[in-house]
Amino acid sequence: MSSLLFVQILNGLQLGVLLFLIAAGLTLVFGVMDLINLAHGVQYMLGAYLAVTFYGLTGSFLAALVLALAATLAFALALELLVFRQLYARDHLDHVMATFGVILFVDQGVKLVWGAAPLSLPVPELLSGSVTLMGGLLYPVWRLVIIGSGLAVAVGLYVLVGHTRVGMLVRAGATNAPLVSALGVNINRLFMLVFGFGAMLAGFAGVMIAPILSVEPGMGDAILILAFVVIVIGGIGSIRGAFVAALMIGLVDTLGRSFAVDVLRLFMGPSPARTVGPALASMLIYVLMAIVLTLRPAGLFPAAGR
Amino acid sequence: MSAAAPLETRAAPIAARAGIAVPGLIFGILAALPAGALLAPENYLLALGTRIMTFAIAAVALDLIVGYGALVSFGHAAFIGLGAYAVGILAAHGIGELLVALPTALAASVLFALATGAVSLRTRGVYFIMITLAFGQMIFFTASSLAPYGGDDGLTIASRNTLFGLPIFKDPRALYYIVLAALAGTFFLCRAVVGSRFGRVLRGAKENATRMATLGFQVYRFQLVAYALSGALCGLAGFLLANANDFVSPAYMSWQRSGELIIMVLLGGIGTLYGAIIGAAVYLLIAEFLSQWTEYWQVIFGPFLVLVVLFGRGGLVGLFSHHG
Repeated sequence: MSSLLFVQILNGLQLGVLLFLIAAGLTLVFGVMDLINLAHGVQYMLGAYLAVTFYGLTGSFLAALVLALAATLAFALALELLVFRQLYARDHLDHVMATFGVILFVDQGVKLVWGAAPLSLPVPELLSGSVTLMGGLLYPVWRLVIIGSGLAVAVGLYVLVGHTRVGMLVRAGATNAPLVSALGVNINRLFMLVFGFGAMLAGFAGVMIAPILSVEPGMGDAILILAFVVIVIGGIGSIRGAFVAALMIGLVDTLGRSFAVDVLRLFMGPSPARTVGPALASMLIYVLMAIVLTLRPAGLFPAAGR
Repeated sequence: MSAAAPLETRAAPIAARAGIAVPGLIFGILAALPAGALLAPENYLLALGTRIMTFAIAAVALDLIVGYGALVSFGHAAFIGLGAYAVGILAAHGIGELLVALPTALAASVLFALATGAVSLRTRGVYFIMITLAFGQMIFFTASSLAPYGGDDGLTIASRNTLFGLPIFKDPRALYYIVLAALAGTFFLCRAVVGSRFGRVLRGAKENATRMATLGFQVYRFQLVAYALSGALCGLAGFLLANANDFVSPAYMSWQRSGELIIMVLLGGIGTLYGAIIGAAVYLLIAEFLSQWTEYWQVIFGPFLVLVVLFGRGGLVGLFSHHG
């Protein structure tokens, strides 16, 4: 039982860092540009699809990773130039409608280009083994790589946002974008940078998860909702909040799904527990969100000035 | 309310003309549609019209709180689902009486709206959008795991609701006119609400909630009642949808459905009520015709939505009215 718990905690952390990679970009775009980007999930999906294609062309995971990141960045910048730039000054309803349109376009476009059938990407050979955990349980190395790379990105973002000049501008932009612009900073370039960087992080998440999940159209939509829950719990615009909330959601969701039925059996018969358990488990994070927002309507770490 | 009078009279001529002519035209077309059966197979036309009007009811209900209360709910499909599941679950237990199913559908929607609204309305702006989305997802996952009622696969309804044993929904033409009557009822009810003192408080809170609170209004209560009314009307739409489709499934309340409802409201023109009907019709008609033409219709539809946002401010209604 205890080693099973340990494995599920690792799985929860893995989902958590994945959510962080997606939520970091989302919360930056939200915080700095005040833009609701429902289409952030398509960058994640594109990252995975492009990695599959580039792996097919080059046969090297590393090359596929680099090329996929470059391609997601290019796609994001093009999208920013064509659509999103026009949206910053609009209200949230316009954001919802336009980015919903982008989702429809990209989801179907992916079907058109790659087909509707799920694709898969092999785990890089060097990292395809398993390690033995306590209690003799095997755990795939690749999942540990995901956790490690996610934590590395978190540290990198902490340094970048907290201790560099660009990071200072981003933080200032999240607090008061018009003022930053008035001080002579090219705000359009800053917005483009933040948008592209955020999209690339989501693309990175897509590449890293592709060897574990099946790569299919619409894969970004489900994870996007979770990422929204993360940034709302964490406080919109706060990277630190996104990190804490992402790990929290990852752990609560994974542990809830694994142990809800067992826990409920302490209170009720096995048959009702099997019915109620899965429903309760999938509701858990939304209940958590409702509780957090009831107690702290602006999330756990509200960004200053909002 | 004398202070508001000059503003009201200035806006009155345009609003009054559009406020009578456009809805009159819309309901005239809808009432005459079955006669157009010569142009298309009748049952197809009736089914499409019924579907459009059902979603129009939900869109009008959403416009009531989005357009007049600035409460952007991203979870309104949940209420449609609740209304539909009320019909489905009762039917699974052999209860097909309309006088049981309809009140159940409405009560479920109102209770859910009061419970979630009480929490959601403490938040503002983006947080409100996201928390309503979260509550919508909760209901979605609950329905997905209702194993006794079909779970993910949904639930087929063996027979439509009857009124005192009378199969009033059986004939497609009768169903069409019942849904039309429900849409008209919804529209005029919402319009009366918007025009009432209650509606003015709601609109006042949309402009400036602090000012309304200072004037002594308990804004929160007004918003909660509006939210519950909107939820109940979506429950009505769900009730009708279940009867028209003979089927309910969790897909009725996916977040994409909630997004579609918002788009219907925006597409037609927010804050007009009749714009929501136009929006629902245009959205579903374009989707219908494009999907007959190509499997990949969303590749065209997506950019269309983006273009409407970028160039058609104020929705389709905005294109035809003159704001100077």
